[in-house]
Amino acid sequence: MKKWLRPALDLALLAALVAAPLYLSAYHLSLLGRFLAMAILSLGLCLVWGWSGVLSLGQGVFWGLGAYVLVMHLKLVGLQPGDMPDFMLWSGLDHTPGWWTLFRHPAVALAGVLIVPTVAAAGLAWLVFNRRVGGIYFALITQALALAFATLLISEQAYTGGFNGLTDFTTVLGHYIVDPSFQRALYWITVGALAAAFLFCRWMGKTNFGKVLLAIRDGESRIRFLGYNPAGYKTIAFAIGGAFAGISGALYVLHVGVISPAMVGVMPSIEMVVAVAVGGRSSFTGVILGTLLVNFGKDWISSAMPEMWQLSIGLLFILVVTLLPKGLAGIPELGRQITERIRRRTARRGVEPEVLAITQKN
Amino acid sequence: MQNALLSVENITVSFDGFNALDGISLRLMPTSIRVLIGPNGAGKSTLLDTVIGNVRPTKGRIVFRGEDITELNEYKIVRRGICRKFQAPGILENLSVLDNLSLAARPRRESWRSFGVGIDSSVRARVERVLERIGLEEKRHTMAGQLSHGQKQWLEIGMVVSSHADLLLLDEPAAGMSLDESAQTAELIRSLASDHSFLVIDHDMTFVEQLSAPVSVMHMGRMLKEGTLEEIQRDPQVIAVYLGREKEEAVA
Repeated sequence: MKKWLRPALDLALLAALVAAPLYLSAYHLSLLGRFLAMAILSLGLCLVWGWSGVLSLGQGVFWGLGAYVLVMHLKLVGLQPGDMPDFMLWSGLDHTPGWWTLFRHPAVALAGVLIVPTVAAAGLAWLVFNRRVGGIYFALITQALALAFATLLISEQAYTGGFNGLTDFTTVLGHYIVDPSFQRALYWITVGALAAAFLFCRWMGKTNFGKVLLAIRDGESRIRFLGYNPAGYKTIAFAIGGAFAGISGALYVLHVGVISPAMVGVMPSIEMVVAVAVGGRSSFTGVILGTLLVNFGKDWISSAMPEMWQLSIGLLFILVVTLLPKGLAGIPELGRQITERIRRRTARRGVEPEVLAITQKN
Repeated sequence: MQNALLSVENITVSFDGFNALDGISLRLMPTSIRVLIGPNGAGKSTLLDTVIGNVRPTKGRIVFRGEDITELNEYKIVRRGICRKFQAPGILENLSVLDNLSLAARPRRESWRSFGVGIDSSVRARVERVLERIGLEEKRHTMAGQLSHGQKQWLEIGMVVSSHADLLLLDEPAAGMSLDESAQTAELIRSLASDHSFLVIDHDMTFVEQLSAPVSVMHMGRMLKEGTLEEIQRDPQVIAVYLGREKEEAVA
């Protein structure tokens, strides 16, 4: 590919996204907005899985932490002085717990959206990777964590809203969420956050840190015997993945207006991984496109044939892994290989008549 | 007595009651080469694994430059100045030759100090010297995975050399090489020995001869004999357990 083509394509994609409010209906803009929010999580998963080789089946946990922290804030600011969130009253609590009211201030809530998932991800990664647990075992641990997190949210109904989750919040920093101008602003904020995350990943890929991550993916013991401690690198990468997931969850919940345990458990976490696999797990542009494709596909299939969605995502995953291991991002390479093969075959055919002529002459 | 760079003191390694190493001792002086030979299963690779911290000894201790390193983590041992090359080329296939060497040559290898972009000038200079020594100057921008087998082995030797290590452990560096490449590898190791020490495992007697260095013969986890290659080759015990068998195989 020509050197200017990649940035040109990225810029064209960005321009198309920024201009989307001009040509999309409010409904489709809202869909695109939430899927772009998901793409931020995918970029983090790209660093964690595609670059460091650490498969996480529990990104929903960090996504959910970001979402719940923001919603706690939104629930609190919607209250009259002295009031309590409705579900707490119904559950018989007599006051709002301190770790809830902590997030009343918008700055604390914003910091919480970043810090809570990041610290959770870093803590988990540090504990596990320092014990040299990795690969499939880490994937299983994260999956168990996703299950435990969703179960905990359901069982602690008085503090989390239980199975139904948290909803009914109307204002963000004094703006009505349903207001079309706020929706448009929210959309652009999401695009901006995604662009920032993308540039961060690109920069990361160029640093020595990024190269060590690739090296860990391809040969963890080699890099250890060059004096690097993979645990530190993987922990930082996983913490970044957690931070991205938290931001993604917070933005998503603003787009959809509800958060519930069903959105953070095992199945959503697996869908996140499938989207990244479809896009091509180590390509930043690829995972963004993969996330959009899988989520729009999900929206379309689950409204046309609701029972088919889980089946089709499984099928999609099998197809991608077997036929297109590098995902969407691998298509240009595949195309090059095929044209090269065709060119070689026609070239061979072109030679044959001459050879024939020479042998006949002799 | 001059201070040894590496001193392996009475090391025993047991796996489920089987002694892979059985009271091995070895002293290596600065800027010297020592070759380890012996039949398969003699414990040569296990000895290298133990020095680098990949395998923990059940008994004995390992002293490097006067410091006891027996209990240190691998990456910490590497930062003290020991580096190991494995038998199969352990290069980073998806990075360029230059990136492979510069990752090895970076003096600061902690994760939180790795957020710079590009290669420091001091690292760059070091890498250029190594590139020249391993003869891969023309290949610097090639992906390491696309190198030939011999070039991969040289690249890995280059990585081990760039790593600021004073003691280099090489496990069959000439395995799978042509005669020519093997001779070049021996020459490379000898030239590097002016400022590094080497502990080299190999089976190929031609290659061992080209290294012209003292040889230690291992057998069943013990040190059987130490001496020059000539002395070793005349030793009846060594012939019985190792060289004799090689000859029989050669005849067959």
